[in-house]
Amino acid sequence: MEQREAREPQDVRDGVMPGASCAQTSAASETMPLLDVRDVTMRFQTAGGPVTALENVSLSVGAGELVALVGPSGSGKSTLLAIVAGLETPTSGTVALRGDPAAERLGRLGYMPQRDLLLPWRRALENAAAGLEARGVPRAEARRQAQAVFADFGLAGFERLYPPQLSGGMRQRVAFARTALAGGELLLLDEPFGALDALTRAALQAWLLELWGRLGRACLLVTHDVEEALLLADRVYVLSQRPGQVILERRVPLPRPRGREQLLRPEAVALKAELLAALDGLALAGVEGGPA
Amino acid sequence: MTVETRPDQQAAQPAPSLAGAAAGERPMESRRAAWAGFARRLWDVVPAVALLAGLLLLWQWYASRPQNDPQFLPTPLAVWSALAAQREILWHHTLVTLWETVVGFAAALVAGVVCAVIVDISPWLRRAVYPLLVASQTIPIITLAPLLVLWFGFGLTSKAIVILLVCFFPITVALADGLRSADPELMRLYRTFGAGAGRIFWMVRLPGALPQLFSGIRIAITYSVIGAIFAEYVGASEGLGYYILLKQHSFATAGVMAAIVVTAALSIALFALTALVERAALPWYYLGRREGSGN
Repeated sequence: MEQREAREPQDVRDGVMPGASCAQTSAASETMPLLDVRDVTMRFQTAGGPVTALENVSLSVGAGELVALVGPSGSGKSTLLAIVAGLETPTSGTVALRGDPAAERLGRLGYMPQRDLLLPWRRALENAAAGLEARGVPRAEARRQAQAVFADFGLAGFERLYPPQLSGGMRQRVAFARTALAGGELLLLDEPFGALDALTRAALQAWLLELWGRLGRACLLVTHDVEEALLLADRVYVLSQRPGQVILERRVPLPRPRGREQLLRPEAVALKAELLAALDGLALAGVEGGPA
Repeated sequence: MTVETRPDQQAAQPAPSLAGAAAGERPMESRRAAWAGFARRLWDVVPAVALLAGLLLLWQWYASRPQNDPQFLPTPLAVWSALAAQREILWHHTLVTLWETVVGFAAALVAGVVCAVIVDISPWLRRAVYPLLVASQTIPIITLAPLLVLWFGFGLTSKAIVILLVCFFPITVALADGLRSADPELMRLYRTFGAGAGRIFWMVRLPGALPQLFSGIRIAITYSVIGAIFAEYVGASEGLGYYILLKQHSFATAGVMAAIVVTAALSIALFALTALVERAALPWYYLGRREGSGN
């Protein structure tokens, strides 16, 4: 029973429950979050019986905000992102875009999976343009737009290379350019740096921070790396193990522009300890709950 | 920039030849590398050529023994002189066979692609059409050929239909399998971009299935010449198959063999042409392979 209580979302430190604000005030269109996920529950039918991947998950992302979703593997993070992207329909609950739960989300958000999923028959520039082409933008126009941002993504000079000729970090940049070009105001990043080595990951995190500042887009970032969440995000949600529930929500008290050295500040260390403790508690609960 | 590009270069370290060749090395070096590659490929064919020459010499020696009947087994040199003497007639028959092959193969390619797409459109259509396609292959085309000649006459049509029936199946199976093997994650990603089934087909699934389509085409093109020769055997007034039959009836064994040599050359030429088209159409597919085999 105590554990149940611990799993209730705790108030944010500055006292604002995002999502709650728009329910209270009727004419609050400017405070309305860009993305509002409400009481989303997802159940799958599997061979071993029904599995609840997510249970009553609520979260929100404001315009221009970078929100991280941290959780152990198997917590349904990717499932939640697929629901937000419009790929899956939740068993119950709503996902509202600008307050509209009926809005079509396919083709309006920028989704980026963990694998770069570049098309091997397209050169780097053509791959970056592929998302726009998939939305129906004519080929020449899509390539012109991709060319216009190619240098911003640190890809100048790599336009004509095929994916196997690019390093892992470069491929991820191309994938990100594709998502950023095709996506609207909200980018959904599913462990975008998970498959990279530590050095490349650190470089791309720094690059993403800088780029996010320039793009002014909201991001929902799924990660299992607490440091990554602290470095990049404005707010962090912690998701429990299956069935995934939001057990903690925290604002990251670090100023921008961010740098890795800020992770050494006392408030960052304290928050990291709190997040890790929440995740460790999950791990322990998982171990204890195993045999029972 | 320097800080962030360095790790990328380190990540690229395991495959320096890839990055180097692509980013454009100095022309001198790449030309030398290309020349070395050519020489190595030349050296690769030496054993095959030597074996072939040895076998031809053995044949020449065996067939030129006095007790050998040249009508039973002509020497390679005799085959060569038959080829040279009949070159104009052979050329005419070759063109006829080539034209039948081209028409039949083109029809097979269209039919094969259409069948693969139909099978791909819905699971229901797959269940309806696939068993019939497989069943159609259990009927020996050889037994159909006389019927086809009966129905469509001695001309081009009956030959093209035999070739079509022989060739469309490998193309259908290869393309249908290629379309089926598309990465589901890739298709999900393109759905999030707002692409419908049609656009996903053109952007993701069809280009991804092309390497498999080409392996089907390579099988089909070798079948196509065999199909043409066989159809001419059954009933024709010209073509290499007809020529072989003619020479066989007059016991001109060297002439039969000369036509066989031409047939083989035609098959090899068409196969090589297919390989060339494939390399030109799918440069990306050979990227990794060439680099891989080079090391």
